[in-house]
Amino acid sequence: MTQEELLPLIYKKDDKAFTLLYDMYAKSLFGIIATLLKNTEDAQDALQEAFIKIWKNIDTYDENKGRLYSWMVTIARNCALDKLRSKGFSTSLKNISADNFAHLLDDQTRINGKIDTIGVQEFVKKLKPRCIKLIDLLFFKGFTQQEASDELEMPLGTFKIQNRNCISELRILLQVS
Amino acid sequence: MSTQEYIESGILELYVYGKLNELETEEVHKMAQQHAEIREEIVAIEKTMILLSGSVAPHLSGQHYEAIKLQIFENKPNDVELKKEPKKSNISQYLGWAAAILLLLGGAYLYQQLDINKEAVLLLKSDKKKLKEEYTVLVSKNKVNEDMLSLVRDTKNTIIALGGQEVSPEAYAKVYWNQKTHTVYVDAAGLPEPPEGMVYQVWALKLNPLTPLSIGLLDNFKGKNMLMFPVDNVIEAEAFGITLEPDGGSSSPTLENLYTLGKV
Repeated sequence: MTQEELLPLIYKKDDKAFTLLYDMYAKSLFGIIATLLKNTEDAQDALQEAFIKIWKNIDTYDENKGRLYSWMVTIARNCALDKLRSKGFSTSLKNISADNFAHLLDDQTRINGKIDTIGVQEFVKKLKPRCIKLIDLLFFKGFTQQEASDELEMPLGTFKIQNRNCISELRILLQVS
Repeated sequence: MSTQEYIESGILELYVYGKLNELETEEVHKMAQQHAEIREEIVAIEKTMILLSGSVAPHLSGQHYEAIKLQIFENKPNDVELKKEPKKSNISQYLGWAAAILLLLGGAYLYQQLDINKEAVLLLKSDKKKLKEEYTVLVSKNKVNEDMLSLVRDTKNTIIALGGQEVSPEAYAKVYWNQKTHTVYVDAAGLPEPPEGMVYQVWALKLNPLTPLSIGLLDNFKGKNMLMFPVDNVIEAEAFGITLEPDGGSSSPTLENLYTLGKV
C-alpha cells in the first residue's frame, strides 16, 4: 500500500485506519527512535508519544510539504530527542552521532530476530562504512545537509550523489525495484 | 534535465529523508505528479528506508500496539495534553528478568561451589602429600625401632641395669652389651634431660683398681629416637656408669655428677 492509498483511509480516523498506519510504519519509526534511545523502555515510550502526536495532527499534514513518511519520521525523531533531554542527556549533534544505526545490529539483546528483518540486517552489514555514516546522519539522526557535510568533511554537491549510490546499492541487495 | 538525470541527481533520496527546503520539496512534488517514473522511484526509496530502519528496531510486542491504540481511542475527544498511560505490567518481561536473575544467581552459586571444590581438592592433595611424608617417616622410624628391638632381644645380650645415684636417685638406665659382637647400646629413657651446655658420658669400668674408660657421649639427647644410644664396643667391663659432663665430654668422670651406675 502506498501513501496515496493510505491517506484517504486515515482521514476516516477509525481504529482500522490506525492499525494500517501502525503496521506500515511502527517498526521503521521504532528503529529510528532506537538509534537515539538505548533504553528499550524509553524507546517504547517515545514511539507511543510519536504515534499519538501523528494521529492527533494528521490533519495538518500537507502533501505539498513532503512525504507522509518523512513527516512521521521527523515527529518520531523529535519525540526521541525530547525523551533524551528529559533524561538529562545531551542532544548535541556530536553526542547523538556517536553511535550509528548499524551498531544496533551488534547488540543481540535488542535486535529483533524475526525472519523478515534478519535478511535486511545481513545486507545492512554489507554496506560501506561511509554509506552507513551518511545514511545515519542524514536519515536516522536528522542532520541538515550542511551539518552532515561538515561532519563528514564532504562537499554538499558530492554527498547527494554518494547518498544516492549508497541507497541504490541497498535497493539492489534488498531487491526493491 | 531529463527525468532520468533528475532521478540520478540524488534529490529524491533527500526528498524522502525530508532534507529539502520548502521550494525544493514543492518542486519534487510537482515533478512526481507529472512523471510516473519519479513517483515510482520515490516509493521505492521510501520502501528501502522503511525496511532499513525497521531492521534495526528492537522487538515490538502486540501489547505495545494495543496500548497506543487504547490511548488514542479512549482519550479521543480533544485531549490536547498527551497523557502518559500508566505503565502496563508486562508479566512476561518480569518473568524474563526473574529467570535471568535466577540464572545469574545459579551461575554465581555454581561458580562459587566450583571454587570451594577446587580449594577442597587442593587441600586434599596437600593432605595426601603430608600423609605420604608422615607415612615414609613412620616406616623409617618403624625400621629403626625393629632394628633396635632385635638388638635388645638378642640372646647374646647382657643387660645391665644402672640405678640412680646420689645426684639423681630417680634416674635409671640400661646397657645392652652384646657379648658376641661387643656392641653396646644405652637406653637413656630414664635419665632427666641434660641442662644446657652439659652432656651425659658413658663409662665402662674395671673395679680393681677403679679404671674408667669413656665409651661415648649421649649426644643430641633431645632428638634421639627412643633415647637408645649406640656407644663404642666394649670387650671387658665389670660395671657401667653415666656421668654428667661439660659439652664434649671429659677425660675422666666427674664422680659428683654420677647419675647412674650398675655392675655387670
